[in-house]
Amino acid sequence: MTEHEGTTTEDAGAARTAEGHAPSRRSLLGWGGAGLALGAVAAGGTAAALRTGGDAQPAGADATSRSAVAFHGRHQAGIATAVQDRLHFAAFDVTTDDRDELIALLKEWTKAAARMTAGDTVGDGAVGGLAEAPPDDTGEALGLPPSRLTLTFGIGPTLFEKDGKDRFGLKGRRPEALIDLPKFPGDNLDTARSGGDLCVQACADDPQVAVHAIRNLARIGFGKVAIRWSQLGFGKTSSTTPDAQTPRNMFGFKDGTHNLAGTDTAALDKHVWVADGAAKGKESWMAGGSYLVARRIRMHIETWDRTSRKEQEDIFGRDKAEGAPVGKKHERDAPHLKSMLPTAHVRLAHPDSNGGIRILRRGYSFTDGTDGLGRLDAGLFFLAYQHDVREGFVPLQRRLAANDALNEYIQHVGSALFAVPPGVRGADDWWGRELFA
Amino acid sequence: MRAHRSSVVAALAAVTAVTAVAGCAAKNDGKGGGKGAIEVTATDSSCELSAKEFPAGHVRFAVQNKGSKVTEVYVYAAGDRIVTERENIGPGTSAEITAEIKAGSYEVACKPGMKGDGIRQKVTASGKGAPAERDPKLDAAVAAYRHYVQEQADQTLPAAQKFADAVKGGDVAAAKKTYALSRVGWERTEPVAESFGDIDPKVDVRADGVEKGQKWTGWHKLEKSLWEEKKISGDDKKLAGQLITDLKDWQKRVGKAEITPTSMANGAKELLDEVATGKVTGEEERYSHTDLVDFQGNVEGAEKAYELLKPVVAKNDPALAKELDKQFKAIRALLDDHRDSKSADGFASYDTVGKGDRKKLSDGVNALAEPLSKLAAAVATTK
Repeated sequence: MTEHEGTTTEDAGAARTAEGHAPSRRSLLGWGGAGLALGAVAAGGTAAALRTGGDAQPAGADATSRSAVAFHGRHQAGIATAVQDRLHFAAFDVTTDDRDELIALLKEWTKAAARMTAGDTVGDGAVGGLAEAPPDDTGEALGLPPSRLTLTFGIGPTLFEKDGKDRFGLKGRRPEALIDLPKFPGDNLDTARSGGDLCVQACADDPQVAVHAIRNLARIGFGKVAIRWSQLGFGKTSSTTPDAQTPRNMFGFKDGTHNLAGTDTAALDKHVWVADGAAKGKESWMAGGSYLVARRIRMHIETWDRTSRKEQEDIFGRDKAEGAPVGKKHERDAPHLKSMLPTAHVRLAHPDSNGGIRILRRGYSFTDGTDGLGRLDAGLFFLAYQHDVREGFVPLQRRLAANDALNEYIQHVGSALFAVPPGVRGADDWWGRELFA
Repeated sequence: MRAHRSSVVAALAAVTAVTAVAGCAAKNDGKGGGKGAIEVTATDSSCELSAKEFPAGHVRFAVQNKGSKVTEVYVYAAGDRIVTERENIGPGTSAEITAEIKAGSYEVACKPGMKGDGIRQKVTASGKGAPAERDPKLDAAVAAYRHYVQEQADQTLPAAQKFADAVKGGDVAAAKKTYALSRVGWERTEPVAESFGDIDPKVDVRADGVEKGQKWTGWHKLEKSLWEEKKISGDDKKLAGQLITDLKDWQKRVGKAEITPTSMANGAKELLDEVATGKVTGEEERYSHTDLVDFQGNVEGAEKAYELLKPVVAKNDPALAKELDKQFKAIRALLDDHRDSKSADGFASYDTVGKGDRKKLSDGVNALAEPLSKLAAAVATTK
């Protein structure tokens, strides 16, 4: 677990209830002793018998899904943080060409993000204030707990250079690892769902809280940035907490059994975080950061559902019931790759087939209704963090795109790569500060 | 056409309620009524009143025109809102005007020759419940805006007449050419027109906005005939006449619209909302695809309101003024990208504007409308 986990900023004493202040989200909750209760949970999980306000749920049962994740730290929250249930991911185009204006926005965004992840409203809040003017906060998260909201900020290659133009004097600071992703066989990328100068990944246990966060950031950004595309996700498809049950993807299979654990600091340092030593000179601003690949992978649900169970299991290299690798009994049994088909997904994706490459996956299922032909527009919104895509995602996806039996049932339709800077260190720090220094 | 009541309407409803209450109270205490009418003596060069201070309530003005020209008499509230008026008072004749007047400051104007701003006298209606004094700069902004709105209505009539004549004459080509241009003044000042409630559904409703039992009238019905059916029916010719009648009603009522600095500010934002919900999507002018003309009209109307409020905004929130200046400039530049000198109305047909360009326009509208939504707060707070 990183420093983001187990720490909670939930603090009833911090909720502003003083007269003259618009109520914050938390102060509307009416939890007199919530801070104390959650503190006790964090300390040792002994508060199971405590109750939160009028809720019938014991505090221990829902403390994890309601509490706040610390915003400040060496790394950004939302990477090693235990995966929340819901996602709203947004990619932005920067529409201003004024560097100072962009910096001002990033400061304002960081301020709003710190407030929202703590369960507070943006600015002067959603109620009160002038009757004739729209409130600062849009208000749909009023009364909801922080719901473990994390906001993770990234920077796309096009912020450094676009159409040969050094847009903000940052060209010289573009990291080597922030490549233009190559075209992979089978890609059918929609430019309107790809790329972006900036991104914000909002994860929360309540979709309303995640959507609220992106909506308010977009609103703050109008005139400086515009949303290029966004994606809602549900049903996390991988877990960063090995003790939790592995979730199933839209194909009905357990996915992400051997994902990197958010608690495995050695593995995170090796595979996910950009090491101080690796980030020198023009790249020094990325020390402690990571790289995020986002791929919208459409699944051909209807044809998959007409496929025999045996074929489905052969394609994955696991059984459908337990998620056990071919020839094994339990999900977490070590797979014997050679007993799988050479085109089996697990065999191709396994670190042993890829020189030990590991990436931290954080994807979500998505369903955007139906596609007009009556087919479910659904699939996997693949999110993965790693310290260098040239060693991680790129060779892995090359191998999969060329060989994976699953390719008959999936298509990559959106793609983006972002440099995710290190965490915001304190109240005066802001997203991307070291890049603009 | 808007599905919801604009905030201008809401503000009007609130004010009407207040007026009614004040009126009743004044009547009950019996003051201001009776025989003591205020005498207004109008000449070609003067406008004399027998009293410049009187109790609020039911007030009578006895007007005598001693001049040589036909005159008219107006009672204006702050921001040049017409409280009451009487036209066509011939030389040597007299007339009586009555009105419920609540406490506050007013101006009485005589207009010899029925032209211009008139010869004005300040008067005060005394009593309880007088509204707080407003920054005179804001009153001036409201008055200037009302002047603008009136001017737009006045200029719309001849343009609409041209269009109506073409329809009545069965000339499809001429009607198509004059259609979009006949709407410009309306689009510039739509929130004020909408505040009357009954005119907008008659002249600017789209097919999907027609309620059960309502006859579809106005611009968009004719738009459909011209572009979709490509012919003018006998009914259409009647509708063209009805359009002019309804627009004349609008022209006449503009002076009485309740306009406040905040309703002006929110009206500017609402004009951008109109762009965001109807024009950027191409829904407003779905047959003619002249959406960019409306777009431009909405932006111009919003900018006018902003320019008039700017002296106050620049003082209260200089950063906001700077941002708005920048975003108005940016949206004008975006619109300029779509000008077409060969088109009758000066803009490209919206169905030729691609997805990417529509997104740019939409982003531009968001960039302007968001700071514009802060305008009301900037004029409501005095620093």
